[in-house]
Amino acid sequence: MTSGPLRSDGVGSAAALPITVSNIRKNYGNYRALDDVSLDIHSGEFLTLLGPSGSGKTTLLMVLSGFVRPDSGSVRFADREVVLLPPHKRDIGMVFQNYALFPHMTVAGNLAYPLKLRRVDRAKIAERVEKALDLVQLGGLGARRVDELSGGQRQRVALARAVIFEPRILLMDEPLSALDKNLREQMQLEVRRLHDRLGMTTVYVTHDQREALTMSDRIAVLDKGRIQQIDPPQALYDNPKTHFVADFIGESFSLPVTICDGGATLFGHPLHLPHKITGSAPHFLVLRPEKLTLLPEHPTDAAAGINEIKGQVRQSVFHGDSVMIYVAVRDGHEIALRVPHRGKVTLPQPGDHVSLGYGVEDTIVVPATMPVEGGMR
Amino acid sequence: MRDAESGFRLNEASLVKQAFAEQLKLLSLSFPALLLVGFIVLAPIAWLSWLSFVDADGFTLANYERLLNPSYGLTLSTTFQLAFLVTAICVLLGYPLAYIAAQLSAGAARIMLLCVLFPFWTSLLVRTYAWLVLLQKRGQINTWLQDWGFTDAPLRLVYNFTGTAIGMVHIMLPFMILPLYAAMKSIDENYMRAAANLGASPTQAFWQIHVPLSLPGLGAGVMVVFVLSLGFYVTPDLLGGGRVMMWSMQIERSLSVYSDWGAASALGVVLLVITLAMLWLFSRLTGVVGAAAGGK
Repeated sequence: MTSGPLRSDGVGSAAALPITVSNIRKNYGNYRALDDVSLDIHSGEFLTLLGPSGSGKTTLLMVLSGFVRPDSGSVRFADREVVLLPPHKRDIGMVFQNYALFPHMTVAGNLAYPLKLRRVDRAKIAERVEKALDLVQLGGLGARRVDELSGGQRQRVALARAVIFEPRILLMDEPLSALDKNLREQMQLEVRRLHDRLGMTTVYVTHDQREALTMSDRIAVLDKGRIQQIDPPQALYDNPKTHFVADFIGESFSLPVTICDGGATLFGHPLHLPHKITGSAPHFLVLRPEKLTLLPEHPTDAAAGINEIKGQVRQSVFHGDSVMIYVAVRDGHEIALRVPHRGKVTLPQPGDHVSLGYGVEDTIVVPATMPVEGGMR
Repeated sequence: MRDAESGFRLNEASLVKQAFAEQLKLLSLSFPALLLVGFIVLAPIAWLSWLSFVDADGFTLANYERLLNPSYGLTLSTTFQLAFLVTAICVLLGYPLAYIAAQLSAGAARIMLLCVLFPFWTSLLVRTYAWLVLLQKRGQINTWLQDWGFTDAPLRLVYNFTGTAIGMVHIMLPFMILPLYAAMKSIDENYMRAAANLGASPTQAFWQIHVPLSLPGLGAGVMVVFVLSLGFYVTPDLLGGGRVMMWSMQIERSLSVYSDWGAASALGVVLLVITLAMLWLFSRLTGVVGAAAGGK
């Protein structure tokens, strides 16, 4: 129940709470929405819950906000157990997918509502509403009705309403999904800046992996009600732990490999690997288009530390900033290579035989299914 | 070049022609309906007004002068009191019922609304006589009230204002519940979630968010119930037992007792004008609120 103006000093840690989620289960009939989910969210962190629809990401957010009661498990804000606390006593900000701005109130009325509920006095409310509107660059629009605003403006009002009472935790449920691409990209940066400025712990739900990579400190990838992997964006992208994560994050093409004595062979050729592979479960080689390079037709020296794959160009697609070249490799598999579009470079034409190389550190070999011990954290 | 230009012009002319033809077609399709409305609504109203202003000697205001008699004032006041009371009770009973129905699952809500609609399929007369039986001196309700010790002597529940109000509420309730239910069903559950998230207790969220958002439905229900109550005839006539004089009964009496078409027409015109004035007032009052709540 703070009553000061919105923070502008950028001091984060004092204004945020860590969240500890332990062994949360939630079933809808026979459907497991959340299957023993545990998660530590650091104070002041921007954490994204990423997954396809039905992965349980929204259910987890609803458990944090108190709108869904889990079957078992615990949710703690700092040291305080909140799993039994009703939503209106949790004191956390939330941005809803469709904004949920009250249509019978003006913009200023919407922003003032949480302050009125907290019995902030009138003069202070007006002052803080002004400040919050300035924060989201909507100064002077307080008297507007909600239905007079554009989608982007509503988004900003929803954001301002969620932070005006200075919650120490902010939840966002796919807040940008209704916006067009340009606006969405602009808002991603703005949301992230707002987080950095106000410093609260933020949990963000999205199914858009690019958005998750752009905004997050860490990303938790969910599938079938379980957390597959939590890592900072780059680690997640470069070192996916499972085939699902590798497939879901970024563009990739998978080829089956054979595992033998900690090594792997692709179409019978042994691969140079960054580290040994444990176990003998089926694995995939994951190739990302931008990490492949065209090798010269007559290699001057068979470079060590480079894996090579041969194929025939099937199609090349112009993307403006780059060209995607789709290459058919053995056994009906297809991979693609991204070549930056600059100057007059002669690119291989459909039908040409090419060989593509990729570095050992870019050789991602992942198990086809999630290993059992990786389920919890 | 010139050929192309004239080609465009030709094209433009035929497009305009096509648009005109389309409008004509729409008009011809709606013509029968317009004709029907003209004949069965507008023409009788015009005739009614005409009748009220003429007698054997031509133009006269006598029919309206007669309405200044205090007995008509009393009737008007009874009519409005009853309409207000019935509307108010319908709101008090209908709002919680509609709220419950809107919270229920689709299947349960359908059963509940079926129960609400069920009386609609029974004749108005049958329902009114049923109330007569229930409410009379030795009726079931008085028996219960005495058996359970609420009263010593039977209450006068019928052939008066009370009985009329009870019967009318029963008949009007569905007209209140249905628009309320429709309005409540269209309130996104995220509004209530947002209110809770911002710190509103369930009670606060109900009064500050749910009620304002259901106002368009409430306005529609109030308007329908009130206007229907103003012109109600059968139920007040039977349950009022002659002690409750409604405006519509004055009209009937002018015709059947005095065969005075001019006086009856004047009464009808006055009721129509008052009803239209009430509708206008209502739409002014709730329209403002409705527009604010209706925008999404």
